[in-house]
Amino acid sequence: MSEKRAGFVTRINSNIVTVSFDSFVVQNEVAYIITGSQRLKSEVIRVRGKSAEMQVYENTTGLKVGDRVEFTEELLSVELGPGLLGQIFDGLQNPLPQLAKECGFFLKRGVYIKALAEESVWEFFPILKPGDKVRAGERLGFVHEKIFKHYIFAPFNLNASWEVVSIVPKGNYNLKQPVARLKNADAEEIDVFLCQNWPVKIPIQAYSEKIKPNEALVTKMRLIDSLFPVARGGTYCIPGPFGAGKTVLQQLTSRHAEVDVVIIAACGERAGEVVETLRTFPELIDPRTNKPLMDRTIIICNTSSMPVAARESSVYTAVTLAEYYRQMGLHVLLLADSTSRWAQAMREMSGRLEEIPGEEAFPAYLESRIAAFYERAGLVRLYDNSIGSVTIGGAVSPAGGNFEEPVTQATLKVVGAFHGLSRERSDARRYPAIDPLISWSKYKSFIEEGIMRKGHEILHKSNAILQMMKVIGEEGVSLPDYVEYLKGDFLDSVYLQQNAFDLVDECTPEERQKYVLNFIYEILNSEFIFQDKSGALHFFQQLRQLFRGWNSSVWQSEEFKSIEKEMQVILKEKQTKEEMHA
Amino acid sequence: MHKSYTSIVQIAGDVITVEVDGIGYLEIAEISSRRGKSLAQVIRIDDKKVSLQVFAGSKGVSTGDKVRFLGHAMRVASGENLLGRIFNGSGIALDRGPELSQQMIEIAGPPVNPAKRIIPTKMIRTGIPMIDVFNSLVESQKLPIFSIAGEPYNELMARIAIQAEVDIIILGGMGLKYDDYLFFRDTLEEQGALSRSILFIHTASDPVVECLLVPDISLAVAEKFALEGKKVLVLLTDMTNFCDALKEVSITMEQVPSNRGYPGDLYSQLAARYEKAVDFEGAGSITILAATTMPGDDVTHPVPDNTGYITEGQFYLKNGVIEPFGSLSRLKQQVNGKTRDDHRTIMDTMIQLFASYRQSVEKQAMGFQMSEWDKKLLRYGSLFETKIMSLKVNIPLEKALDLGWQILAECFSPEETGIKKSMIAKYWPKNPQ
Repeated sequence: MSEKRAGFVTRINSNIVTVSFDSFVVQNEVAYIITGSQRLKSEVIRVRGKSAEMQVYENTTGLKVGDRVEFTEELLSVELGPGLLGQIFDGLQNPLPQLAKECGFFLKRGVYIKALAEESVWEFFPILKPGDKVRAGERLGFVHEKIFKHYIFAPFNLNASWEVVSIVPKGNYNLKQPVARLKNADAEEIDVFLCQNWPVKIPIQAYSEKIKPNEALVTKMRLIDSLFPVARGGTYCIPGPFGAGKTVLQQLTSRHAEVDVVIIAACGERAGEVVETLRTFPELIDPRTNKPLMDRTIIICNTSSMPVAARESSVYTAVTLAEYYRQMGLHVLLLADSTSRWAQAMREMSGRLEEIPGEEAFPAYLESRIAAFYERAGLVRLYDNSIGSVTIGGAVSPAGGNFEEPVTQATLKVVGAFHGLSRERSDARRYPAIDPLISWSKYKSFIEEGIMRKGHEILHKSNAILQMMKVIGEEGVSLPDYVEYLKGDFLDSVYLQQNAFDLVDECTPEERQKYVLNFIYEILNSEFIFQDKSGALHFFQQLRQLFRGWNSSVWQSEEFKSIEKEMQVILKEKQTKEEMHA
Repeated sequence: MHKSYTSIVQIAGDVITVEVDGIGYLEIAEISSRRGKSLAQVIRIDDKKVSLQVFAGSKGVSTGDKVRFLGHAMRVASGENLLGRIFNGSGIALDRGPELSQQMIEIAGPPVNPAKRIIPTKMIRTGIPMIDVFNSLVESQKLPIFSIAGEPYNELMARIAIQAEVDIIILGGMGLKYDDYLFFRDTLEEQGALSRSILFIHTASDPVVECLLVPDISLAVAEKFALEGKKVLVLLTDMTNFCDALKEVSITMEQVPSNRGYPGDLYSQLAARYEKAVDFEGAGSITILAATTMPGDDVTHPVPDNTGYITEGQFYLKNGVIEPFGSLSRLKQQVNGKTRDDHRTIMDTMIQLFASYRQSVEKQAMGFQMSEWDKKLLRYGSLFETKIMSLKVNIPLEKALDLGWQILAECFSPEETGIKKSMIAKYWPKNPQ
């Protein structure tokens, strides 16, 4: 194929353009529409006879019938190599800060910049030597990227076994200089560079096996870790109506979760929300590494006013980058906000293609696309026996906050944990607004199972009594039942709720969670004797006030210890009475 | 210079189809019919068939009428000369003033690069405690007022516009009742704000398609001012009418509807407009306040629902007051930590207690016995409703916070409020009345 295959535009309907061609086209190949001096990136998404329909990743204003189209034969791909960490890309992996340098405040269409600067120089350390055998995804050497060893792999698209013909010695190389040469059994030879391309819609599967997620991923959110845990290599979803705090929850997770690399895919959401991450992460220090959080973060940002087709591809771009870092034996967390916008992008395109609509006009392939996306998460054993993981947490924005809608339902089928946010909780300012009565998780927590079960039990019981009181009134329930209700409410307000704007309370490490939950467990299991209901209410109000102060005091500080003592005195008082009574 | 065509082959709704070559997508054309001239915009091209939506509507358009393509997308005049002027949805003067053609700019320009955005930090003070204390409005925020027909949302918007310290006010009226248009014009005039205002008015009796242009025109003009360093407040009322116009056109174009007849790209359409709210580093800003009426007071209706996912919160106007539940300013945390150190405490505590008050009211309504605690809550609730919640209240933030402590102290003992001891020591009134 020396000559470029070309075609011309015959039909324009918003971002779907029909192209007539002569020779052949490849499904999902990238093509450029040439309008004036601009080249607009597009992707072939349907072929019918001698015309192909393409989604255009840009605004189509001014396109004309007859405009020339050039096909590239390449599927939509991303560049994988050192220099990705700390970057901010759009859905097509264009670095946004560089675009801003070139174009100013606004995004200019048709301007594309390479994700990785070709001239950037990295010190390469070879691992293999000539004569060694390699498979796709095996390590040839490494460079240092920020705090990680960034391995350089044999290309992921190799078949069978290849032999290293030559490999460069330790030294500085840029992305254009080959670092190794490989040959296969047919004596075909290829060069390997520090960076390689990979099509985003195809999973990278260069590992020996996928294993069952078995270890909790500590998010430092008490409600999640203690009651509805997430596992490394697992998947979870956060559906919730607008204003229930999905994004705050995701931001907190991105900051505090115990993982190596965090990839944030801001997909069709507000730009303002990404900005906070963009502006604060370079300054926030990760306590585990003492480096800025940005050093372990990649942001893929295709916000709601950016072209819709690129929104569809942005989640694939994000998950491909996640898989790449997993390949280095790292634990990666991908936060996608929001998968509903991604699904809507598919719906928009499907509508313009005039496909037969499924439920709520979503395309019939919605479920399989969602399943395929979440299935790219996983804990894997790599060829050298090290372990890497991709955990996916997807926010879902159900229309009308109704979880029965297609995107939520399709997502629930494939995830391992469900953190459902509720409007009632957020209206009552009970944050995080994850509703413990509807949420579930299939993963194991670091909290003892008995304690966890007690927690769930008391919450359900407390709610049942609350519902009863709504019907028959407070006077209608017995004092012991009322106390059970108060216990559940207490657990909720001092443990499940967390103040995201309190420096200490916003994240609770594993050790402290275990300690504090044990303390509460004692209280939940205690029998209290009260004169009357208002006495019980007063007791728990008092305890709650102290506990809130406890939550915002530094772990094991003087303040922490003195509040703990104060609470024990109050508790002892009641317990003494109890003993006397007994 | 530009060729005219007379080959209209189809007229359906307000969309006409012309057979012609070499026309750009979204290009503007001028149609001359017996009813006068109207602009139209290309919305679909299928080989030689070019479909256009006619802003003045297709009534009276004949298949023999002339269509002249202008070779560019929709443009509008911008700049200082527009101040104090009133235009319709296509940018034609409604106030007998001269037509303007200076600094023509294309509407619906490209989105702002997220990497160039900055974290908003400037609070807009309104003197309304339900906003200042509980849901602070922030410069560059996009915030709708969710409401139902008959609620005073236009009055609220006008009041905020006049009290807010902004350089320029742009009003985009969509499907506005003529009375409401006059209300805005007169209020701005009485308060001496008309000279720094620009009005783009589409009234309920104007052609539907013209409504679609109002937000784009208003925001394009606003953007130009903001780039020149001005703080602009854009009022859009009522965005539900805009969405209904979208629905009408998309159904005419035989698009597959997604939810209650609205097009599948409703979210993207709304986002493209609301996301124009921005704070330009080193220049001005755009803040958007929009009215969204909810058919049947149903917040899950596609219009308020999609809006809520796009905007940075919402004010929920019900029974003439801003409801604390359902109202939210997502950007409040950016500013309310820097006002006074008790701002957040008062905000959280008062709302939590108010939520408990509502439960007690419910219990009372069902005839249950009121406990001592319930009685305290009832007293608190009524004080809150009259002294804080009423839209008649007009006091600065600091006064409102002091008032908050006073009300708390009047009704509760410190530990009943659950407020941290350090805060109580600093602010709890020593001798409450």
